[in-house]
Amino acid sequence: MYRDSERHKLFTRRALMLAGGKSVLMAALIGRMYYLQVIEADRYRTLADENRINLRLLAPRRGRIVDRFGVPVADNQQNYRVLLISENTRDIEYTLDVLAQIISISPAERRRTIRGIKRNRSFVPVTIRENLGWQEVSRIEVNAPDLPGIFIDVGQSRSYSYGADTAHVLGYVAAVSAKELTGDPLLELPGFRIGKAGIEKVHDKVLRGSSGSSQVEVNAFGRVIRELSRNEGQPGAEVAVTLDLGLQRIISKRLEGKSASVVVIDVRTGDILSMVSTPGYDPNAFNRGLKTSEWKSLISNPMSPLINKSIAGRYPPGSTFKMVVLLAALEKGVITPSTKFFCSGYIELGGSKFHCWKKHGHGKVDAKMAITQSCDVYFYEIAKQTGIDRISAMANRLGLGVKTGIDLPGEKSGLTPTKKWKRGALDQPWHQGETLHAGIGQGYVLATPLQLAVMTAHIANGGIAITPRLTKLVKKQIADKKNDPALLQKSLGINKAHMKLVQESMSEVVNNRVMGTAKRSRIKELGMEMAGKTGTAQVRRISKVERDGGVIKNKDLPWKERDHALFVGFAPVHDPRYAIAVVVEHGGGGSSVAAPIAHDILVEAQRRNSIGTSADTTANPGPVTMKENLAKVGEG
Amino acid sequence: MSRNALNTPDLTVGQKLLHIHWLFVILLCLTASIGLAMLYSAANGNLDPWASRQFARFCVGATVMIAIAIIDIKIWMRNAYLFYVITLGLLVIVEVAGTVGMGAQRWLSFGYFNLQPSELMKISLVLALARYFHGASIEDVSRPTYLIVPLLMIALPSALVLRQPDLGTTLLLVMASGAIFFTAGVRMWKFGVVFVAAIGAMPVAWQFLHEYQKQRVLTFLNPESDPLGSGYHIIQSKIALGSGGVFGKGFMQGTQGHLRFLPEMQTDFIFTMLAEEFGMVGGVGLLTLYGLILVYGFAMTLRSRNQFGRLVGAGITTTFFLYVFINIAMVMGLIPVVGVPLPLISYGGTAMMTLLIGFGLLLSVWVHRDVMIGRRGGDGV
Repeated sequence: MYRDSERHKLFTRRALMLAGGKSVLMAALIGRMYYLQVIEADRYRTLADENRINLRLLAPRRGRIVDRFGVPVADNQQNYRVLLISENTRDIEYTLDVLAQIISISPAERRRTIRGIKRNRSFVPVTIRENLGWQEVSRIEVNAPDLPGIFIDVGQSRSYSYGADTAHVLGYVAAVSAKELTGDPLLELPGFRIGKAGIEKVHDKVLRGSSGSSQVEVNAFGRVIRELSRNEGQPGAEVAVTLDLGLQRIISKRLEGKSASVVVIDVRTGDILSMVSTPGYDPNAFNRGLKTSEWKSLISNPMSPLINKSIAGRYPPGSTFKMVVLLAALEKGVITPSTKFFCSGYIELGGSKFHCWKKHGHGKVDAKMAITQSCDVYFYEIAKQTGIDRISAMANRLGLGVKTGIDLPGEKSGLTPTKKWKRGALDQPWHQGETLHAGIGQGYVLATPLQLAVMTAHIANGGIAITPRLTKLVKKQIADKKNDPALLQKSLGINKAHMKLVQESMSEVVNNRVMGTAKRSRIKELGMEMAGKTGTAQVRRISKVERDGGVIKNKDLPWKERDHALFVGFAPVHDPRYAIAVVVEHGGGGSSVAAPIAHDILVEAQRRNSIGTSADTTANPGPVTMKENLAKVGEG
Repeated sequence: MSRNALNTPDLTVGQKLLHIHWLFVILLCLTASIGLAMLYSAANGNLDPWASRQFARFCVGATVMIAIAIIDIKIWMRNAYLFYVITLGLLVIVEVAGTVGMGAQRWLSFGYFNLQPSELMKISLVLALARYFHGASIEDVSRPTYLIVPLLMIALPSALVLRQPDLGTTLLLVMASGAIFFTAGVRMWKFGVVFVAAIGAMPVAWQFLHEYQKQRVLTFLNPESDPLGSGYHIIQSKIALGSGGVFGKGFMQGTQGHLRFLPEMQTDFIFTMLAEEFGMVGGVGLLTLYGLILVYGFAMTLRSRNQFGRLVGAGITTTFFLYVFINIAMVMGLIPVVGVPLPLISYGGTAMMTLLIGFGLLLSVWVHRDVMIGRRGGDGV
């Protein structure tokens, strides 16, 4: 017995030591708990929130683009999509089979869907098809019980109701490319579109708005459990363009089948009322994504449908350049309005002949007659006496050879050659013969249709500087009225009398029923009128042999070698409002092809003006900004 | 006469039931109900699939526990070696024909239930060692050669369990056995020698560890090194615990647990969930409950008048303590990830059964505290 009590004592001692050890370890546990749950609690609370809270970006609604009367030209359309959540369907293949009997699903779409399902977790919706029609949507809804896991979702997609008519001005939106990523997470949102051309590109930031966000609670697998908070963000602002959609569409229709460009500009404000370049393209196709074949056909088309010829097409201005030469000569004082030159059909310079378009010559012509009949010899003479540098300087003042500053991307500056330019660019001295060529708008001189329109507007408004513009005000933006270019009456510093002479001469071109080169395009409608200047720009060299044997007619030449047909004009002649430039690539003669187009458009513009003004004050209030602007113009 | 009455096992079943330490049983039930509440929360407020089944298991287990408690302690002592041999045999069979689960060979399938012999061994080894040392005088224990047999008794099952491989159970077996050696009176310096030898053997043992075990140790040393791989569990567990703060996020409000960032929250990481939902207050509360169970277990053990009972008590309470400590220390990132459940709380039938059988023996020690047992198992000395 005593032995056991000894053992008992030893046991008790050892057991107490053991218990002591256990107590220390238990205390360690509590200490650790204190460390984690009290000292480090805040840090871990943050980490737990980072785990469970996901910030999701909400794409803002893109702002609309409206024309000067408030008609939407770029809008957002509801885009119905059919999606599949794979965990909600038992047999994916079977469900897709059933769906394929209800709506058409291409093998490519099906492959993409299966790939999407494999790539994502089973609760992530995968898009099967976009842009469903109403019928398809309703058929899916009716058959919903047979389509487990399939559902319809509504998104927003950009739509351009007038397609190719407005394509070059508005541009288009498309998926963000890797190069365009700026670090803004909004751009990385799947399906997000940004402006890639035109107004959509220039005013992308304004149209885009700012992204909202949604805080959602997610589980460890990324499944959304619930939404914690939501910030809707700021939808994009509406942008009003200066275009008159009606006129724009009429012009687009008039130019159908031609590779051409027309710009109509308000001579008082610089507002671009129409800017058309044909052929166009369907901007909606870029939004949904082009097929390779579509892209190839756009790229390989010789008429370059993707290029906005109005700002990026550079053409020899031909005889439309003659006003510049005349103004330069008058300013330098080498001639007076009444100075006459004799046209025998050509002049000789350094052993070469420079021909007038009229083989046997115009006889004695003064300035007005020279413009009216477009006498080349007259302009050879005055160009020679004025010199290329002075001609180019005048061209620059009128808006040629320099970018006009229009709010569109990709504007070209054209070319007004100078002696210095030739030395620098070609490393050759200037020849006087080249001055003669420039005198009739050939040779090195190049201009865009927009520049020609601006030049004409400057002539029409008597020499007040304007900057062409496509956007007056962006809605919700408070315009700084002092900076409105329409109110800055800055003069180009050209003699008013010279301008008047040029205006009158241009009127003669159309309205001189005997001599005018565009007499067949005279406006006969009561109360309407126009002035202008034809131009026919040669794109090939006419050899002496050909000239002697008779110049080959345009229609007998391959398209690429035919002359460009040009016309610049303004209307009405008294108190001008509209300036126009028409360029028909390889279209033939300016008087036979371009002038009739200008005639039709200017008639329409004047007709719309008389209707538009009355409608504007009574029935159609239009956007506020526009009314304000019209009022300002009236005061000016 | 009175001594005779105390000395004989002639208590009736009714008397024995009265002698059961009911406060201890109530503490166990309280702990188990906390476990059921946590399982209810883990299933997002559903009794299925865990809470209801766990409740059934606890009821069965508690009945078994009471039954074991009233069986004469001498019967347990007499059959201690037999249990040990049978369990060892089962371990050999599992080695040959066991079912592989979770990357280890642990189970024997018997149709309706699976038997995990390594769990049984935790009880059998305690019983066998207690019986061995029961017959030893203080002088016997101090002879090194006397320790060869019990060391072998530990080594055989440990080797088999380690081969499964189940490092957690092996450590548990070795450490609980150590507690019996310690309380049986083995000299302190011998523990020192073993400790030094163990440190020395570590590099060698490292070679024998499985890749996943090495990985766990490495992950423990630097969990942030692989936050999405093997370190993920422990990082998420610490986040859950820490974010619970002092008062917790509220019952069924734990984000880490309910949003599935916590792995295995119904089993090994259930303490994390409790500490996330009830904070440090809840965690310390549960530790207090465990502490009370240990204190009463300790008191019952010390009160026994036979060495067998005392050693069994020491073995069982230490095993229980090790479960608690290893699990909680693991989920708090104090020790490497070892697959040890939280006793009475974690979902799982086998561990629950082992514990309740153990507590049954502990209660039996208490009920038969005044029984004297001779060195060879006879009455008195």
